[in-house]
Amino acid sequence: METTVRGRAWVYGDNVDTDVIIPARYLTKSTPAELAPYCMEDIDASFAKEVRKGDIVVAGANFGCGSSREHAPLALLGAGVSAVVASSFARIFFRNAINVGLPILEAPDVAASVKKGDEIEINLEKGVITDITTGKTFQAQGFPKFLSELIDAGGLVEYGKLRLAAKG
Amino acid sequence: MGTKRTMAEAIIASHTDDDVAIGGICRARVDFAFANDITAPPAIREFGRMGATRVFDPARTAVVADHFTPNKDIASANQVKVGREFAKKMGMHFWETGRCGVEHAFLPEQGLVLPGDIVVGADSHTCTGGALSALATGMGSTDLAYAWALGEVWLRVPETIRVEYDGEFSPWVGGKDIILSLIGRLGVEGARYMALEFAGSALRNLPMDDRFTISNMAIEAGGKAGIFVPDETILAYATARAARPFTPVYPDDGASYREVIRIDASSLVPSVALPHLPENVKPAAEVKDMKIDQVFIGSCTNGRLRDMELAAAVLKGRTTHPDVRLIVIPASYEVYNESMKRGYIQTFLDAGAVVTTPSCGPCLGGHLGILADGERCLSTSNRNFVGRMGATSSEVILAGPLVAAAGAVAGKVVDPREVVGDGFSFTA
Repeated sequence: METTVRGRAWVYGDNVDTDVIIPARYLTKSTPAELAPYCMEDIDASFAKEVRKGDIVVAGANFGCGSSREHAPLALLGAGVSAVVASSFARIFFRNAINVGLPILEAPDVAASVKKGDEIEINLEKGVITDITTGKTFQAQGFPKFLSELIDAGGLVEYGKLRLAAKG
Repeated sequence: MGTKRTMAEAIIASHTDDDVAIGGICRARVDFAFANDITAPPAIREFGRMGATRVFDPARTAVVADHFTPNKDIASANQVKVGREFAKKMGMHFWETGRCGVEHAFLPEQGLVLPGDIVVGADSHTCTGGALSALATGMGSTDLAYAWALGEVWLRVPETIRVEYDGEFSPWVGGKDIILSLIGRLGVEGARYMALEFAGSALRNLPMDDRFTISNMAIEAGGKAGIFVPDETILAYATARAARPFTPVYPDDGASYREVIRIDASSLVPSVALPHLPENVKPAAEVKDMKIDQVFIGSCTNGRLRDMELAAAVLKGRTTHPDVRLIVIPASYEVYNESMKRGYIQTFLDAGAVVTTPSCGPCLGGHLGILADGERCLSTSNRNFVGRMGATSSEVILAGPLVAAAGAVAGKVVDPREVVGDGFSFTA
């Protein structure tokens, strides 16, 4: 995984649910490329049209609440989003993002401080988020050891390969 | 070793060799693992990428085709085909349309979710299984692929909020009112990452169908699980249906809870959750002048026999308001057939309802009753997010079967007593 990502901020509020990240009407598609054109459609119709590779989603509390659809992190990956920063994540979205390799960072106060379009740089290894536009920096919470290992292994599929090999 | 455990901790401890400490991550053995027609295809793709060639135990795995079924279009049909072919190849459970049901209503009926189990499903409402004293929780498709391949999952050991109901519920109050009022109190992330544990003397006489409704919506408070402490009602239901042996697990006296919430059951009233979050809870009697275009009675939350019975009791001898479409979807064929035998289906048809085959249908905006711009639906389902049942400008109000059926008659949100009066018989 690249350790530093950089892009423009897309800023949203609390409780961004997976129904708005990728509406159910598109759930007959399941690859990042197929889902990307509809990402965030019900909350921000401009997102899928204007998002650029590397851009960063910044949100408030409980990001990704609702449905378990893994299509939500896949749609964000397909749209080119390099990381999501939120005050907190709903638990299924949290594990889906880790499992599929979408970098997520839990950091309070970022959404209240960052403006849409600010240039953001994130050191994923250190969890340091820098708003280049304003010069402000933020520190994200670290992950438990097991999850760091899972992330380092390249996600749950790669980890599963190791476990299957170990079981023979 | 002297450790006092909550339900969630005790169940995890019985399924792992790792240390069970709150906030820690365990690799836990899984008793049952399933995906639906939407989440199975990505799970099958990741299963292949993992290099897995067989599931850990075919009898403990399933693909449940319930969301866009009966297949609503070619793409949905192809998704179901992928799930069916994989399930057959692996020897997993798969039931064809006509014998299947909405997963969280159907799998308990089949005796596949049992007390003391760890059950994982690639669907957020898997927490419904908590009504059977299982640690049942929703996950994503890659998690399911991993569970199918290895028979285990990674789990963060959750803190637990214990909710105790004492006193007596009003007959006008059911599982939906109980859980909506709790979500209203906790908020949509009040139990984020946590387990809810339900107990108390008021629950003793609460039917299973109401309990399924309560556990189903634990996720709407952000919960990982919503687990009932085993009692006679749960053990009788499970014993009569069990597809395999099971071992109930109980919490220890003196277990450590993040919070214990004590609720006087008699304080609860028929309630609704207004758009666009399940925490926007109000007594139905306080909602004025909210006209509705559609009523949906069904879903994994409230599509069971008791829900059909209460709706039929309201609709018997009454008709749906001329401006309202009433859509009734029994959540399984067991529910459908029994509703037919008891005459509920005829009551619905006489009242002007549409009755369809078991499916998630309009709940997630799939099919069988999608909302147009600006329309409002009173629904017994579980989510009222923006655009959930159709157009982005449409609205969903959540309620139990009594409030929903009364709303269908009145054409607006009302307390059911306004429609049926105090002399109402709660059996149809």
